[in-house]
Amino acid sequence: MSLSSQQEITDEIRARHAEYKAAVAAGAPEQTQPDIGFAPYRSSILRHPTKNLKLVDPETIELFSPTYGQRDVADVESDLTIQHAGEPLGERMVITGRILDGDGRPVRNQLVEVWQANAAGRYIHQRDQHPAPLDPNFTGAGRCITNDAGEYRFTTIKPGAYPWKNHHNAWRPAHIHFSIFGSAFTQRIVTQMYFPGDPLFPLDPIYNSIQDQKARDRLVATYDHDLTSPEWSLGYRWDIVLTGTQRTWSEPEGAEQ
Amino acid sequence: MTTLPPTPGQTVGPFFHYGLEIERGNELVPPHTPDAVLLTGRVLDGNGDPLQDALVEIWQADAAGNVPRGRAMLRRPSYIGTHPVRREGTEFTGFGRSATTAEGEYSFWTVNPGAAADGSAPFFAVAVFARGLMNKLHTRIYLPEASDALAADALLSSLSGEERGSLVASRDERGNLHHDIHLQGEKETIFLAFN
Ligand SMILES: [Fe+3]
Repeated sequence: MSLSSQQEITDEIRARHAEYKAAVAAGAPEQTQPDIGFAPYRSSILRHPTKNLKLVDPETIELFSPTYGQRDVADVESDLTIQHAGEPLGERMVITGRILDGDGRPVRNQLVEVWQANAAGRYIHQRDQHPAPLDPNFTGAGRCITNDAGEYRFTTIKPGAYPWKNHHNAWRPAHIHFSIFGSAFTQRIVTQMYFPGDPLFPLDPIYNSIQDQKARDRLVATYDHDLTSPEWSLGYRWDIVLTGTQRTWSEPEGAEQ
Repeated sequence: MTTLPPTPGQTVGPFFHYGLEIERGNELVPPHTPDAVLLTGRVLDGNGDPLQDALVEIWQADAAGNVPRGRAMLRRPSYIGTHPVRREGTEFTGFGRSATTAEGEYSFWTVNPGAAADGSAPFFAVAVFARGLMNKLHTRIYLPEASDALAADALLSSLSGEERGSLVASRDERGNLHHDIHLQGEKETIFLAFN
């Protein structure tokens, strides 16, 4: 099968978004999540359910989440620039923000996992075939536990854009992958954080699988000069809101079971 | 009242392993211990082909039906260099994570979850991620025994027989559980959205 051109993919994205906008104008609800059947992302075609999700009340175990604490994660794991003998190449940056439930309450003491490409756009993963250099001083994986205000914070280098084989000359906008646990398993989320003003946004079928512009904007961090350190690193802020409300009970850190 | 719009999910992509894989992450109990049960199955696409880059998570009650409140104990042995996170200790935490193999198979060493209340049907809560899958999917894997409880279950009783089958594991003569997850197709698994 020959690969589609970028123009064909862009046209498909535009057509889908126009359909969505017309539907919303006609009274359909605004979407907050990606459309899992978004054909411009070719690998999704055979990998999404075609039946509607079955709406249920969460029960017992689903109302709770695995419990994490500071003893699972070392503080230094949130600094991706000190995992090797030397410093990684690239633009040093800090990314921080709050993890909140739908009522705006902080999600405390929960695990945040991140992984990303290096400054050249290359993952250390063995299946990554992009002919850009590996950085011997960068792995690209980090973890942290949210504090009492629901805040996470990572120090890293800005990842590069990278090519993929969805279509001819396909490039992903620079992004950091995030995996987050809420206080209920129903809130579990894996997503990607993007950087403001990326020129690849209109071309990318993964970012555009979220059909609503306001929802897409929620994945884009904000540059924050107050987080930028003189002579050291640039700062970005990105808050994450989990679906729904958490149980009111929240386990204090350090409680032994 | 929910006021803030939720952050959208995105695909886990093809390169999640070094970010998310956990050594012994699929061993909720030590393998081959007396009460250990092996839960296995494949994740399949709409052509029935196995996914080599899916990630399956389970979260379950302990054998007595209680929500485990033990700490996860997922530690990185050293932060210098590239070391995967490893499950430490043998405390039952109820959480497991398994990336699919080249044959598309996930596997967990665990115990049968107990019933949360008298007469309720025990199940594993499941989250599925994959390259090509835009967002997480939630489903359940019910134990095949306790047919009265299965018949009375709010979710299962709202489904057709075939749909019900897509949520109930099969048990072999050695006590192990098997359950395939079909992302699409005739045998498509029932996936859940929560109120
Ligand atoms: Fe990526």
